[in-house]
Amino acid sequence: MSDFEPSVVAFLCNWCSYAGADLAGTSRLKYPANVRSIRVMCSGRVDPVFVMEALKDGIDGVLVAGCHPGDCHYQSGNYKTNRKIKLVKRLLSDLNVDPERVRFEYISASEGQKFADTVTDFVGQLKEMGPNPLKEGCK
Amino acid sequence: MDDGHIDVCFFNGAIRNSEQREMAHLLRRKSKVLVAFGSCAVTGGIPGLANMSDRKGVFETVYLDNESTENPEGIVPQPSSEVKEGTLTLPEFYDTVDTLDQTVEVDYYLPGCPPSTDLILNAVTAIIKGELPPKGSVIAPDKSVCDECRFERSEKSITAVKRIYEVEKIEDRCLLEQGIICLGPATRGGCGAVCPNANMPCTGCGGPTPNSLDQGGKMISALASILGLEGEDKMTDEEVDALIDQVADPLGTLYKYGLPAALIKRRVMK
Repeated sequence: MSDFEPSVVAFLCNWCSYAGADLAGTSRLKYPANVRSIRVMCSGRVDPVFVMEALKDGIDGVLVAGCHPGDCHYQSGNYKTNRKIKLVKRLLSDLNVDPERVRFEYISASEGQKFADTVTDFVGQLKEMGPNPLKEGCK
Repeated sequence: MDDGHIDVCFFNGAIRNSEQREMAHLLRRKSKVLVAFGSCAVTGGIPGLANMSDRKGVFETVYLDNESTENPEGIVPQPSSEVKEGTLTLPEFYDTVDTLDQTVEVDYYLPGCPPSTDLILNAVTAIIKGELPPKGSVIAPDKSVCDECRFERSEKSITAVKRIYEVEKIEDRCLLEQGIICLGPATRGGCGAVCPNANMPCTGCGGPTPNSLDQGGKMISALASILGLEGEDKMTDEEVDALIDQVADPLGTLYKYGLPAALIKRRVMK
């Protein structure tokens, strides 16, 4: 599985994580090109359906990143997302899909390095896991 | 009987073997209007939970491993078997339970387990009067069960999740507010909220609300936005985990009637 390149979709909150990813770019930090970023106004906007649909359509990993606790622009969106993602993970393990394919991280606007590190680590982890078993379509 | 001879067919049941599939194709051909009738046909229903396993798993439990089953020769149903009189055949049992519309084209949906008499009456009346909604419609209200429930939600925060038997006395207010997982917010109404009205939580037989791709996903959103809001800014991740742990059997609770219609419709079996 050494030549397997996982595809990752990242839902990044407008106020912290997207700016963090931007900082990683402007600081010329290196991270794997496997990640496709989608900017959302708040990590709280990320519906469990987004995550499940991405996995169903064959994405290998889903990263959701929001502001640190206490920093949410809308006060509490990140707390809700934390709970949502945890529940989605429970569901995924019931369905025998590795819950580690979904990750929730707190990444602030100043943490370009953390964004780069998170993506690097996540992509490495997904390479070890291999392709998403739902990729061939759940029959 | 000519094709299209039947005016309206109310089709019951999910598709889990070749006989049911054949009946679905046959009745589709013979009927002018095909209505998926009841949760099983619409979203897979309780039998759809078999998508947590496959044919092998189901046969092992039913014919081999079950404590009360005596089957020393390990006989399980075969699609065909040779006897001296010739070949005997049985319908083939599939690994995955499908909904009716995953098998044939469906004109209308009538959800519910069972569909309420009012819904059936509405559907029959609409058919007789020729006032059917656009093809593909669900013949039920667009609003959720909460809209028909006698309880009104006031506080939108819960500190714990309980199963119904863990609640000492059910109070006369929103069940979700009392920590009981009630699928009302994520479920299409039309039932008159009979379950919550009898102090039992909605278990989701009406299927997802309109424009929602996944009933369980919607319920996760609803739960996550009310669970443990008190002091959420000071809660450690372990404390949040402990809260989430209180949701017993998430899959069975959130997809009791709808696993085959869910975005991820079955357990990965490898």
